Amino acid sequence: MADSEKIPTVVADDAHIVYKIVGAIGANQTSPLSALKRIVTKTNSTNVREVHAVKGVSFVAYRGEAIGLIGSNGSGKSTLLRAVAGLLPVAKGAIYAAGQPSLLGVNAAMMNDLSGERNVELGCLAMGMTPAEVKERKQSIIDFSGINERGDFASLPMRTYSSGMGARLRFAIAAAKKHDVLLIDEALATGDAKFRRRSEARVRELRKEAGTVFLVSHSEQSIRDTCERVLWLESGEIRADGPTEEVLKEYESYMKK
Amino acid sequence: MPDTAVADTAPAVPLKELARRHGLSSSGRLVGPFEYLKQLWGYRHFITAHAKAKTVSALGTTHLGTLWQVLTPALNAFVYYIIFGVIIGTGANSTNFVAYLCIGVFVFGFTQTVVGQGANAITGNLGLIRALHFPRGSLPLSTVLVEIRNFVTALGVLVIIVLFTGERPNVEWLLVIPALLLQSLFNIGLALFFARLGSRMRDVKQLIPFMMRFWMYGSAVLYPVTRFTEHLHGWKLHLIEANPMLVFIELYRHSLMENVTLAGSPRLLWTEAVIWALFASVGGFLYFWRGEKGYGRG
Repeated sequence: MADSEKIPTVVADDAHIVYKIVGAIGANQTSPLSALKRIVTKTNSTNVREVHAVKGVSFVAYRGEAIGLIGSNGSGKSTLLRAVAGLLPVAKGAIYAAGQPSLLGVNAAMMNDLSGERNVELGCLAMGMTPAEVKERKQSIIDFSGINERGDFASLPMRTYSSGMGARLRFAIAAAKKHDVLLIDEALATGDAKFRRRSEARVRELRKEAGTVFLVSHSEQSIRDTCERVLWLESGEIRADGPTEEVLKEYESYMKK
Repeated sequence: MPDTAVADTAPAVPLKELARRHGLSSSGRLVGPFEYLKQLWGYRHFITAHAKAKTVSALGTTHLGTLWQVLTPALNAFVYYIIFGVIIGTGANSTNFVAYLCIGVFVFGFTQTVVGQGANAITGNLGLIRALHFPRGSLPLSTVLVEIRNFVTALGVLVIIVLFTGERPNVEWLLVIPALLLQSLFNIGLALFFARLGSRMRDVKQLIPFMMRFWMYGSAVLYPVTRFTEHLHGWKLHLIEANPMLVFIELYRHSLMENVTLAGSPRLLWTEAVIWALFASVGGFLYFWRGEKGYGRG
């Protein structure tokens, strides 16, 4: 069988992911009395709510594959990627991965009161680089992000950046490292056309070095360009898994309904 | 592969078996405690950079900036000086009550802020935790580092106050250094412990102020320790004397002041301090480490 020759890099075995959300208080539950009533009557606390984002997903990803993740908003795509990266714990089942998968997202939190430069340093250190490497790469990261094109923004606090500039800097930081399994979350949609071209080239480069690439995107064009296999998630479950063209056709007819 | 869709939905071997055969590790796997310690050491540059970043971002929006690191403890001492030194004049029954009091307030304040900040170390950084991969212990460690730095500045202010109130410097003052090391170790344990506790039970954060106030009154911060030794007997006295904060505060007083009545002999106090520091740091570390894989959820 051909499968024995393929080397799996990510295996998801009936993975469930549950978000626990604290502080989702309803409009009529703000008084101390209602909190007491809730505790006494032992009704499930509305203060802590659970969102079952991914419900029993199983798949095997192999080395050299580029897999697109599609689905409508809130279908659990980003959550699944975070779990593969080991950033979110799995409530049931398991996800196995080769090495340390890295999530390349645009939502990576940064410290807004710090300058862009300091954020670059901190982000690189958090990715496990040594101070010497950070020093060496810092300038190229800032140049890649292009935030200095309109003057010296790198030394200004990040809260002064436009949302596009912040996203570009975050992408530039994350893309500065080599990865075994690379997870890309809508990063290709970041910034203006010029930056998009630059980041797509960088992703292709990273893909060559990485074993497996996952790409979450709403742009069918970038899925077609980069992936040969597509996973379609709908409300936390896999609806289809197969070659890009087949799944996308199904997906399109589903979305037009 | 035209048949991937079929092959992947119905694999020949169980997925768990397949993953094991190819040496894939579960992304939720917990490393051993020594391995974890090694990982933390590997992230020491991140920890120091994060600590520095936090100090800068906390004071970055103020005009005086990092000058507040000195001003905060100085103003703190000033308040106590006015209340206890000038208005109440508690100094009547004690030789140097202002110095005595300031040592207590500063040393207790160090642990107090560590506990408060430690409980926030995980819940306040969820964005960072969900975005990047690093040993989560880095976060409570960096909060302790911030507070150690602040406390060392405060110690400088404290030394000036102690000199100002008439104490003569001598070699014994150097004993502040081992006391600082032991208390820092103790605080690291507390920060790790409360970081996990605070991430599991948000309600803990509401209780911490009361707990800390209770602890402060039991640590002879605002009044002489002789109040305890004269009025308490039996298990109550033993309980008070075993209080780690009382032990640490007494050690600083012992090293910085002459003619001060201590809760016990210095030898006993040092032994207790070492035991508490080891117990808290090892216990706190193990407790935090057990929860390492669950920190992204809350």
